[in-house]
Amino acid sequence: MKASTRMFAVLALALAVGLATAVSPFASPSPDGLEKVAADEGFIDEGRLHSLQEDSPIPDYAFPGVENERFATGLAGFAGTLAVFAIGSGVAYLVRRRAPASRPAGGAAA
Amino acid sequence: MIGLPIALHIPDGFLSPGVAALCGILAAAAVAYGLRRAGVELDEARVPLLGVLAAFIFAAQMLNFPIAGGTSGHFLGATLAAVLLGPWLACLVMGVVLAVQAFAFADGGVSALGANILNMGALGALLAGYLVIGAQRVLPRTRLVFLGIVATVSWLAVMAGAAATSAELALSDTIPLATSLPPMLGVHSLIGLGEAVITVAAVSAVLAARPDLVALARLEPEPHGAPPAAAEGRI
Repeated sequence: MKASTRMFAVLALALAVGLATAVSPFASPSPDGLEKVAADEGFIDEGRLHSLQEDSPIPDYAFPGVENERFATGLAGFAGTLAVFAIGSGVAYLVRRRAPASRPAGGAAA
Repeated sequence: MIGLPIALHIPDGFLSPGVAALCGILAAAAVAYGLRRAGVELDEARVPLLGVLAAFIFAAQMLNFPIAGGTSGHFLGATLAAVLLGPWLACLVMGVVLAVQAFAFADGGVSALGANILNMGALGALLAGYLVIGAQRVLPRTRLVFLGIVATVSWLAVMAGAAATSAELALSDTIPLATSLPPMLGVHSLIGLGEAVITVAAVSAVLAARPDLVALARLEPEPHGAPPAAAEGRI
């Protein structure tokens, strides 16, 4: 039972969107590794936003204009996952191998 | 979750301009070489797979799991990307994920983007990828051994990223290495376990569905086990 590449991609993308939308709102809100060490060692306040990030579309994984925190996170995850898929596929499409004829010997990285 | 968004991602202000620039050059080189390799290795049929993998890693990175002491950690994904697409394409995938996080989500700095691509992407992908390739030359090529290798290098990749982060912070005179390295490695030794579990689960799933999509797997057909389920029709 070998899934077609298209089917495999669709299922995997659905899983990613599902996780980002439905599970991320319930992720642990505790500070993570670097954040914790930065807070404990007193250099967390040196962090700041870059001027290019002042008007990020979805700052801090909270979809703007949505009051409910969990809903805002889920919506951010939904939008972000699809955006990453689109950009990743777009980049891959632009740089893909074009000549389908002559297959190089190796194939995968080695 | 309100306040400055820091995940494992370094925000701007933690690194000196020199360190940030050096990391930026190294990361740009890794991603650029990844782009070049994609032009050789990535056929048309697998174009959407690169996007799907980037999307999956982005999604999984949102799922912070609690670890000891009021701290959380999250999946990084460099090893998963390296095992599925090879080490250099993995650098490209991680570059896409981290760039979107920095620009669209203000997660991780802009001048620190290179450092973040190195720490969470390139270093881990190259270390894990080449260790997997090397280990399979000397170890039995069974599915179980392969997954054991993947688990080990997943953990190592996270530890390498944590150590690199500490080194960059020390070179930036933000915090001495002796102060940051022990807690960074301590916390990330646990985060690395989560990384190993998720990576092995994901690689197992792909091996079961489409073993040909696991670029680094060099498995020999086994009497039982390798071409999963189909032979015995179990469960």
